[in-house]
Amino acid sequence: MYRLLLCFRYLRTRYIALASIISVTLGVATLIVVNSVMAGFSAEMHERLHGLASDIVIECHASGGMPDPDAHLDEINRIVGDQIAGSSVSVHVPSMLGIDFNGQLITHHVNLVGIDAETYDNVSHFGRYLLHPDNKESVTFDLREDGYEESREGFPHSGWKYRRDHARMEKAWEAERKRIAELSREAARLASGKPQKDSPEMVESDGPTIGFGGPTLGTVVPEGIREEGAGDSPVYFDAETDQYPGIILGIATCSNKSRDAEGNVRDHYYCRPGDDVRLMFPNASDKPKVVNQKFTVVDLYESGMSEYDSTFAFVRLDQLQDFRGMIDPISGTTSVTTIQLKLIEGADLNAVRDALRQRFPPDTYAYSIQTWRDMQGPLLAAVRLETTILNILLFLIIAVAGFGILATFFMIVVEKTRDIGTLKALGASGSGVMSIFLSYGLLLGIVGSGVGLIGGIAFVHNINDIASVIEKITGQEVFDPTVYYFTEIPTILNPFTLAWVMAGAIAIATTASVLPAIRAARMHPVAALRFE
Amino acid sequence: MHSSPELLLEARGIRKSYHKDKIELPILRGIDVGFVTGEMSALVGRSGSGKSTLMHLLATLDQPDSGEVWFDGARIDNQSRARRDHYRNSQIGIIFQFYHLLPELSAIENVLAPAMIRRSVLGYLRDRKSLRLRAEAMLDRVGLLTRSHHQPSEMSGGEMQRVAIARSLMSDPKLLLADEPTGNLDTETGATILSLLRELNREDELTIVMITHDDSIAETADRCYRMCDGLLEDNASDAAKNSRSNSAKLETVAA
Ligand SMILES: Nc1ncnc2c1ncn2[C@@H]1O[C@H](COP(=O)(O)OP(=O)(O)OP(=O)(O)O)[C@@H](O)[C@H]1O
Ligand SMILES: [Mg+2]
Repeated sequence: MYRLLLCFRYLRTRYIALASIISVTLGVATLIVVNSVMAGFSAEMHERLHGLASDIVIECHASGGMPDPDAHLDEINRIVGDQIAGSSVSVHVPSMLGIDFNGQLITHHVNLVGIDAETYDNVSHFGRYLLHPDNKESVTFDLREDGYEESREGFPHSGWKYRRDHARMEKAWEAERKRIAELSREAARLASGKPQKDSPEMVESDGPTIGFGGPTLGTVVPEGIREEGAGDSPVYFDAETDQYPGIILGIATCSNKSRDAEGNVRDHYYCRPGDDVRLMFPNASDKPKVVNQKFTVVDLYESGMSEYDSTFAFVRLDQLQDFRGMIDPISGTTSVTTIQLKLIEGADLNAVRDALRQRFPPDTYAYSIQTWRDMQGPLLAAVRLETTILNILLFLIIAVAGFGILATFFMIVVEKTRDIGTLKALGASGSGVMSIFLSYGLLLGIVGSGVGLIGGIAFVHNINDIASVIEKITGQEVFDPTVYYFTEIPTILNPFTLAWVMAGAIAIATTASVLPAIRAARMHPVAALRFE
Repeated sequence: MHSSPELLLEARGIRKSYHKDKIELPILRGIDVGFVTGEMSALVGRSGSGKSTLMHLLATLDQPDSGEVWFDGARIDNQSRARRDHYRNSQIGIIFQFYHLLPELSAIENVLAPAMIRRSVLGYLRDRKSLRLRAEAMLDRVGLLTRSHHQPSEMSGGEMQRVAIARSLMSDPKLLLADEPTGNLDTETGATILSLLRELNREDELTIVMITHDDSIAETADRCYRMCDGLLEDNASDAAKNSRSNSAKLETVAA
């Protein structure tokens, strides 16, 4: 009984020990904050990476892809059919995106993906990252009337409405340009008395040409490029009523985030749903030629993973197959470059991958068969390593705090020498005296890490407010949305992590009190009583 | 030599020396002494003569180099640690010159300390009421009931010593060992402490062994032993003075 009473009294009267426990408190709080932010961050990343990548991806590296995807799917179903929840085939091709922006050509390397909109959503998250609410439900590659995310700050007016207005304006400009050219020719003829070519300066002085500048692109297009589609012939194509094949662009391929003078992040869009863009990509023949094709942007894709948003552009699978010549004109069999599989809940990704690898051995087939983890392995491993190292470092800090407790406890034991002698004179056993100090250490550990726990949890709950306060004070962006794409810091409080952080801190505090407690227990009662 | 029933506490041929830098420093050089049940004995001697050392041995706080300590007809110095802890806790009471109260505890908690040490948490909680009553009775006995919630730092030396006495009485011991209980107090306060001890000796028949170096205090005791250079001087006159002594056989032997 006296042990408890005394150790509670010591806790109440020895503030120096409480000071020594503050480092434990801080260590625990920091550990909790770091772990929950890291967990939140990696969960978010996992979620997104997994959602984007589908469970297993079979890629064919041949430029013509793998013929007859249905036969492949049948074969796959034969091998691991019981594990498969969904599948989709697609064509991936590297390509160059050209956007006309105020008369300048903006080019971007993109990974052009031909998808089957119906099945693609089964194997990976796709629709949910589109801007138009109807496209989130079911994807079409037809331009919608309006209703894109216009509430978003800086997002321009888009859709058919915009396209019509834009086309009308374009036509008016064209007419105006023609008229001015006519007038200037007329003026020149009148001045010199003979016919003259129209002056380019006169055209430029009208300000930047709005709309798609075909000729600008023409200069960079090498010889031998096939022009496909009704593209550049205004006779057959009216932008006011017609659209090119639809394309969904990754949002970062056609916009950039920047900071204005006040430090607010703003998006600037080079093109929007309703604009036309040009894509160049190789066809599937053995002697590849560049296909040059116009598309109409029908939606934008924003997953939050900058790697995806800045490299992907999606079109319809059948159209892309057609453009690239991946449909056998005689038999009608198609080819694809990629098969994506979604597995049932709880399936062993690696086992399925290995089974498939066995069926399609890499020495025979130019296929790479990977799980989403394999593909994102380095990134996931980096986050894991970072978390581990931070945990080790922070636990070292708590261990340092442990040495502080050790020193403080030795001091307290020396200070309490006479009391230890008194207790022994009153019949307290060595182990009894020892347990006073052990339970004192335990109690301090519980108090210190308990306060740290509460503080850490409070911090995590208000982390975004705290971040904004820090931003205000220091003027430094803590969590830069231009880098991370999360507007908020994601956090996850894992009870298991909390428990082991607490247990670790308490164990360190108790361990630190073992040596002083042993010293107290071993103290000779007479020496202790004589101690001045 | 065999133990006599009248002797509550007995030291037989106690030797104790300290070693400092390989030099042997004999403190006690063969002490034979017996304390008669119900008597108040005084142990006097110059400072450094080894009185406190002897008392620590009698309380089994230390081990003699040779010799035996007998209590109530049984040898105790060679008992197990737990047995000796119990002896100190429940069979004897000890008071010191510097009171040795626990500064974190109030007066009543200090008095309760021996009872708490003996019991587990549950045991203590079960007996809490009766123990508290007893502690209050003990404080009342020493006249400090009103101060029971005071911390030691809020009390005078005399009051602290009375709390220490109350504490030593808590387990209803047969024997009280007192090491210069008045050594740190003025004469008047010392006198009240002495009369309190006297009263306890008379009324409760508590056997008291009191160390002092004040001869006037020693004279109030039933019996007086004088220590010199680690030996006990023969002091028959004090024994004769003792009116209540019924142990004619008692011998004080100088070895
Ligand atoms: N740990 C030790 N090491 C060496 N010598 C010691 C030790 N403890 C006590 N002594 C010596 O033992 C002798 C006896 O000490 P003790 O305290 O018993 O004397 P005392 O008679 O009680 O004196 P006082 O009247 O001053 O209390 C002293 O000379 C002291 O120096
Ligand atoms: Mg002494």
